[in-house]
Amino acid sequence: MSALDLTGPAGHGRVYWALADCWNVVRRGLTHYRRQPVNIAWQLGFPILSVLLYGYVFGSAMRVPGGGDYKDFLMPGMFVMTMAFGFINTATVVVYDSTKGVIDRFRSMPMASSAVVAGRGVTDLIVACAELAILMLTALVMGWRPDGGWGFLAAFGLLLWLRFALIWLGVWLGLLVPNPEAAGGLFAVAFPLTMISSIFVAPQLMPDWLGWVAAWNPISSTAAATRELFGTPVGGGDSWVEQHALLMAGVWPVILTAVFLPLAVRRFRRLSR
Amino acid sequence: MKDDGYAVRAEGLEKRYGEKRALDGFDLAVRAGTVHGLLGPNGAGKTTAVRILSTLIRLDGGRATVGGLDVERQAREVRARIGLTGQYAAVDEVLTGRQNLEMFGRLFHLGGRRAKARAAELLEQFDLTDAADKGVGDYSGGMRRRLDLAASMILTPAVLFLDEPTTGLDPRSRGEVWDAVRALVAGGTTVLLTTQYLEEADRLASRITVIDRGRSIADDTPDGLKNRVGGDRVEVVVAERSDIPRVVKVVARVSDGEPESDETELRVHAPVTDRVTALTDVARTLQDEGVRVEDIGLRRPSLDDVFLRLTGHRTETTEKEAAA
Repeated sequence: MSALDLTGPAGHGRVYWALADCWNVVRRGLTHYRRQPVNIAWQLGFPILSVLLYGYVFGSAMRVPGGGDYKDFLMPGMFVMTMAFGFINTATVVVYDSTKGVIDRFRSMPMASSAVVAGRGVTDLIVACAELAILMLTALVMGWRPDGGWGFLAAFGLLLWLRFALIWLGVWLGLLVPNPEAAGGLFAVAFPLTMISSIFVAPQLMPDWLGWVAAWNPISSTAAATRELFGTPVGGGDSWVEQHALLMAGVWPVILTAVFLPLAVRRFRRLSR
Repeated sequence: MKDDGYAVRAEGLEKRYGEKRALDGFDLAVRAGTVHGLLGPNGAGKTTAVRILSTLIRLDGGRATVGGLDVERQAREVRARIGLTGQYAAVDEVLTGRQNLEMFGRLFHLGGRRAKARAAELLEQFDLTDAADKGVGDYSGGMRRRLDLAASMILTPAVLFLDEPTTGLDPRSRGEVWDAVRALVAGGTTVLLTTQYLEEADRLASRITVIDRGRSIADDTPDGLKNRVGGDRVEVVVAERSDIPRVVKVVARVSDGEPESDETELRVHAPVTDRVTALTDVARTLQDEGVRVEDIGLRRPSLDDVFLRLTGHRTETTEKEAAA
């Protein structure tokens, strides 16, 4: 086999190979889950446990402003939380690959270097779809009854849209933290950030200043918007950001991507320094 | 800079990290089809040099070519011609050996069917067929090293960067890895071997570049290098300081050079060529003369000796140990 024999079948251009390389990196990511299916269970363990705890233990004590069943209010929150925590998974895989030298091997090969990051993103979105499917089935079993149709699909899309935006935060953090152990500590940061939102409790039930922070938390907009689209209790709120939840659920991920995508790309380029 | 029989050339490479100069005018010329050793202690700049030559990091000054291609301007072409193993690049620990090789094959644009065939071929060649479908996380050190080599060999690279390939391996695995490297060179691949061990460079390389503080300080054959250091030495440690002059006299009779003595460590040592004869001779004479010997033996010149001779200072690790 000659060393020059590398471009593969003639007639394929750069774009073809960038896509092919990306797909091969995705295959690797998915093979990881196939070989370690327990990882998905770990990632879903926390939200499912939260549903059980909040839904059944605190459920009867919880109130939804504007009325409605707390469990119906809670479920979309769980979907959002799973998407939000997703950046930790991204970061964990990226820090592992960069410290163990896997990314360096990719970079030393004649493949498209964009595929390393893009492949990670596509893998995470596919896994997010699987996670949402499992969570929604669990929710249905527990009595959650969303509206079907386009609203449902739009809500699903908004959840993935949030997850997409957080991929870049994950890649950036994964390249920033020094070792896989440090990536584990991200959970301690992520947990309060998801608590101070409308995921578990409507912001208007919180002290004024905290409610304001919770309402402006980007994941609150996705939670409120999906509640609306699923036809489940939204929990009200009369601030501007709460009144425009659908709009903001679309806008927040654009802002997050605009901030963290350049940071992630810059950090990736810095590997060459 | 032309491709005149050299697989790798570096001229005046510079790389700075803030104030620190990781490479400070580093030169290297590796003849095609040979194993070339790059020898130096931790922190000397070996890894930085290889990372530049393998296009992983950019250089701040100087020029470098691999197979006649500029590592900065023709990075992609260089990448198609090199293999990288060791601490520079790793295989995936979750995937099986076969999945790893097939993935890298597809990323080298072989296409699915050829990637599969090439993976099977390499597993066979590196004696990994039995473990092919086990996760790499369960591999032994030697198996992992062989898989690492196999992954670098998917396209049969023109130049293979090999990093301390046998560190931490048992003698049998070490022999296997050495055999694999020799087979590669027989197939036309040029190998740049970085190591901290003179012995490993000696076993594999036909030429050695010694690197210290970001510069090449010697470029020679292994024998040439050892001759500069003075080859093997016989070394005697005595119990009584008063015996040292007698020992010096005995050692001088068999040695090639003036024996050196160390009064605090009660040690006498001198270079010898006829190693075993010299050793038994010294041992017998000292016994006959009734000198109390604590320790006696042959010592091969170490990287530290090479350094001491070439630079006048010890390797930094040894300096730290001495200071501690």
